[in-house]
Amino acid sequence: MTLTPAELTSAVSGGIGTSPQRPDGNLKVRGEFAYASDLWHEDMIWGATLRSPHPYARITSVDITEALKVPGVYAVLTHLDVPGRNLYGLEHKDQPVLAVDVVRYQGEPIALVGADHPETARRAMKKIVVTYDVLEPVVDMETAVDDTPLHPGGNLVRHVPIRRGSRDVTADVVVTGRYEVGMQDQAFLGPESGLAVPAGDGSVDLYIATQWLHVDRSQVAAALGLPEEKVRLTLSGVGGAFGGREDLSMQVHACLLALHTGKPVKMVYNREESFYGHVHRHPAVLYYEHGADHTGKLVYVRTKMYLDGGAYASSTPAVVANAATLGVGPYEVDNVTVDAYGVYTNNPPCGAMRGFGAVQAGFAYESQMDKLAEALGMSPVDVRVRNAMTEGSVMPTGQVVDSAAPVAQLLKLVQDKPLPAGTSTDIRELPGGVSNTTHGEGVVRGVGYAVGIKNICFSEGYDDYSTARVRVSMVNGELAAAVHTAACEVGQGLVTIMQQIVRTELGIERVTVLPMDTTIGNGGSTSASRQTYVTGGAVKAACALVREKLAGRTDIGDEVIDETTEWRHRATEAIDPETGQGNAHVQYGFAAHRAVVDVDVELGLVRVVALDCAQDVGRALNPQAVVGQIQGGSAQGLGLAVMEEIQTSGGKVRNPSFTDYLIPTVLDMPPMSIDVLELADPHAPYGIRGVGEPPTISSTPAIVAAIRAATGLALTRVPVRPEHLTGT
Amino acid sequence: MRVNLTVNGEQRQADDVWEGESLLYVLRERLGLPGSKNACEQGECGSCTVYLDDVPVCACLVAAGQAQDREVRTVEGLAEGDRLDPVQEAFVEAGAVQCGFCTPGLVVAAHDLLERVPQPSDPEIREALAGNLCRCTGYEKILDAVRLAAARR
Repeated sequence: MTLTPAELTSAVSGGIGTSPQRPDGNLKVRGEFAYASDLWHEDMIWGATLRSPHPYARITSVDITEALKVPGVYAVLTHLDVPGRNLYGLEHKDQPVLAVDVVRYQGEPIALVGADHPETARRAMKKIVVTYDVLEPVVDMETAVDDTPLHPGGNLVRHVPIRRGSRDVTADVVVTGRYEVGMQDQAFLGPESGLAVPAGDGSVDLYIATQWLHVDRSQVAAALGLPEEKVRLTLSGVGGAFGGREDLSMQVHACLLALHTGKPVKMVYNREESFYGHVHRHPAVLYYEHGADHTGKLVYVRTKMYLDGGAYASSTPAVVANAATLGVGPYEVDNVTVDAYGVYTNNPPCGAMRGFGAVQAGFAYESQMDKLAEALGMSPVDVRVRNAMTEGSVMPTGQVVDSAAPVAQLLKLVQDKPLPAGTSTDIRELPGGVSNTTHGEGVVRGVGYAVGIKNICFSEGYDDYSTARVRVSMVNGELAAAVHTAACEVGQGLVTIMQQIVRTELGIERVTVLPMDTTIGNGGSTSASRQTYVTGGAVKAACALVREKLAGRTDIGDEVIDETTEWRHRATEAIDPETGQGNAHVQYGFAAHRAVVDVDVELGLVRVVALDCAQDVGRALNPQAVVGQIQGGSAQGLGLAVMEEIQTSGGKVRNPSFTDYLIPTVLDMPPMSIDVLELADPHAPYGIRGVGEPPTISSTPAIVAAIRAATGLALTRVPVRPEHLTGT
Repeated sequence: MRVNLTVNGEQRQADDVWEGESLLYVLRERLGLPGSKNACEQGECGSCTVYLDDVPVCACLVAAGQAQDREVRTVEGLAEGDRLDPVQEAFVEAGAVQCGFCTPGLVVAAHDLLERVPQPSDPEIREALAGNLCRCTGYEKILDAVRLAAARR
C-alpha cells in the first residue's frame, strides 16, 4: 500500500540565507517520491468521468443502464447520487459537482464510473447514453453581459471600477491601444489525481494533489453531506500547480465513488482530460489610453478591460480586482480611470494562474509604455524610469506603497547587463534550430524591456493566515524538531524553507517535516506567492513559543515541547465598490526583464536569445530556490509570449494535448541571468517579499517588445504566432 | 496475457496484462515501479523515459508485449543502494528538482547522454534533453546539473 507521504528529514543543515538541499530531493531523483498518481491500495478500483462534448446544451436524458451491465463496473453515478450540496466554487457556489439539466462548457462532468481497470471504466462510459438539446454558446467576452444569461444573476461576475484624480485632464502626447491575451494553461506535469479511501463509519480519507487542503475539505464535505471532521485530507506528492489546483477537480468525484462502492477509488486524469479538468488563465481584451506631457511624465491612464471567466466563476472576482488595482503598472499616475469586467461565457472556466490578473494587465500597460516611448522619441527604459514608482508612491487605489519599490533600479540592473554576442552562425542557436530553416538570412535581432508589479498574499480584507505546529524532543541525545502544517508543498520548496526557519530560530539541526494534512488548522492556499510569507511567519511564531519553553536548555530529558499557533499578516481592506479606493493589498513585488530575440522574418520564427531578470525579494531565505522560481516564472512568461494558447472555437478546445499546446522545451529557453535584490520589507517575516509571480508578469511584454524592436510590427496580441510576423 | 521481462536486473512477470496496456502501465501499476511518470502518455513529455535494451524510450509508447524477454532499466535502477548515481546527485545539488515530476525522465535522459558523450557542450545537452518537458525550472538548473555531473566524471 502506497499511501502515506514520507516524513522528510534531511541530513544536510542550513538556516535561512543558505541553500540546503530539498529534503524530498533524494526521493524525487530516485523515483521514490509518492505523487498522487502513484498511490496504490489493495483492492482499489478506478474512477472515470463522463464529460460533455458540448459547450452549452440542455441535458434531456441520461441512461446508465447499459454501463452498469459492463463486467467489472462497480458503480455509475449521476447528480442524483450527490448526497449533499451539488454546487461548489471558491468564491461563488455556482459549479455543479455533476451536471443536472444543463452543461455550460465542453468537458463539464456529467457522470462517474468506478471499475476494476481504467479501460473497463472507459468502455463503460461509452455506454452511458446522454441526449442533449444543443444551444448556441456565448463565447465573446466583450458582448457576453448583453447575451443569453448563463446563470440566474446574468453574465457579469464582477465589475471593478477605479476612479482616481480627474477625468477632465488633457496631455501633450496620447497613445491608445487594444490588446488581447490568449488563454494560457498551467500545464503542470503531474495530472490531477487522488485516492479516496472509505472508512467503515461513513467517513472518508482523501490523498490528494492540491493547493489548499482546508478549502478542498469544506467543499468536499458540503457535497458529500458530511460534517468536515468526517472528511480527512492528506497532501500527496504534487507535480506542480501554478494556480491550476486551487479549484476542485476529482476530489468530490473520487469520494462519492468510494462511499458508494465501499472501495478505495483512484482517479488519474490523462493529459487531455487535464486540459478540461482545471481552470485556465483568463483570456483578456484590454483597451488603454495613456496621456503624458512632453517630458514623458504620465498625466493619465484610462482603461477598460474584459476578462473571460468562462462557464463558472472560480476566482474571477479576485482576478478582476488584481487586473484593475494593478492596471497601470508600477508607475506613478495621478489620474486613473479603470473599468475591469469579469464575465461568464461558455468558454472553458478560468481562474488562478501564476500572476493572477496582473499578467494580462502587464502585457497591455507595458505595450503602451513602449508606444509612448516611441511617440515621445524616448528610450523604453527612460520613459519607464521617468514614471517609476518608489517607496511612498500612491497606487490608483489610494494605497501608499510602504516598503521598497525599486522599479528604476531593477530596470537599470537589466539594462546594464552585458548583451549576448551577435546572431550565431551555429544553426542550433538560430530560429528554427536543427530544422535547418535558416543559416542567418532573414534573421533580425531586437531588444525589449518590461517591468511589472504583483500583490503578494490575499487581498481585499480576506482573513489570510496559516497554522504551524513545532514539536521538540530528544532524539539520540540531541534536540530534534518536527514541523507540521497544512500548507501545500507543490514543488516550490516550502519544505526546505520550513526546515531552514526552524534551524535558525531554535538552533536545532535535525528538523523533520511532517506530512501536510487536515489534522492541523488551515495553512491557507499555496497561491499569491504567499506561503514563505504566511506559513513561514507561522513557523517562526511557533518556534518563538517553543524557544520560550526551551529556555536555553539543550537537554530536555523526556519532556516534549509541542506548540501550535496561527499567524496572520497585517489586515487589508475591501475596496470601495464605486471608486476602487482602499488599502487592498499587503505587499507589492516587482521584477524587470530584458529580452533579446532573433526573428526569422520570412518564416515568422522567434528564438529568444537571452532573458535576464532583476527582482527584489526582500530577503532571499534560500537563494538557490529564489533563482529557480524566477527562472521558472520567466519561462512561463516566455510561453505566453510566443507559444502557449488554449485555442477555442465556438467554445470548444481545439488543442488539448502536449502535441498541440506547446510549452517551452530546453531548446526554447535561453540562458537567464538573474539579479536578486534584498531590500527588506519591515512588515514581513525576515523582510521577505513573495517571489513566485512577479517574473511571470514582466517576461512576456519584454519578449514581445524585443520582437517589435526587431520587426517594427505592432503585435498587440499574445501569444505572437508566426502568421502575426509574416502577415500570411 | 503474461509478460516476462527483466527490470533493473531482475526477472519479472506480469499476469493478466490487457493487450492495450503500455510498458509504462505495467511498470507503474503491475510491477510496483511508479518512478517513471505519466504526464502525457503520448510521447510528448519524456517523463516516462526508461532504457529498453540500453536505448532510452518513452515507456508510454511501448506496448507491454513489446517488452517481452527484453531488458528494462528505470529510474529506480540507477542508484546503487543508498549511493545515488552522479546524475541524480547533481540534480539535487544544483536545484534542478522542484516539483520533480519531470525528474525521473530527465535523469534517465541525462544519464544516457553522459554515457554517450561524457563531456557534452551546451547545445549537445539541450538537444539531448529536448524531448523532456519541465514546467517548474526554466531548465537553467537542469543544465547546471548535467554540467556538474559531467565535470565529476
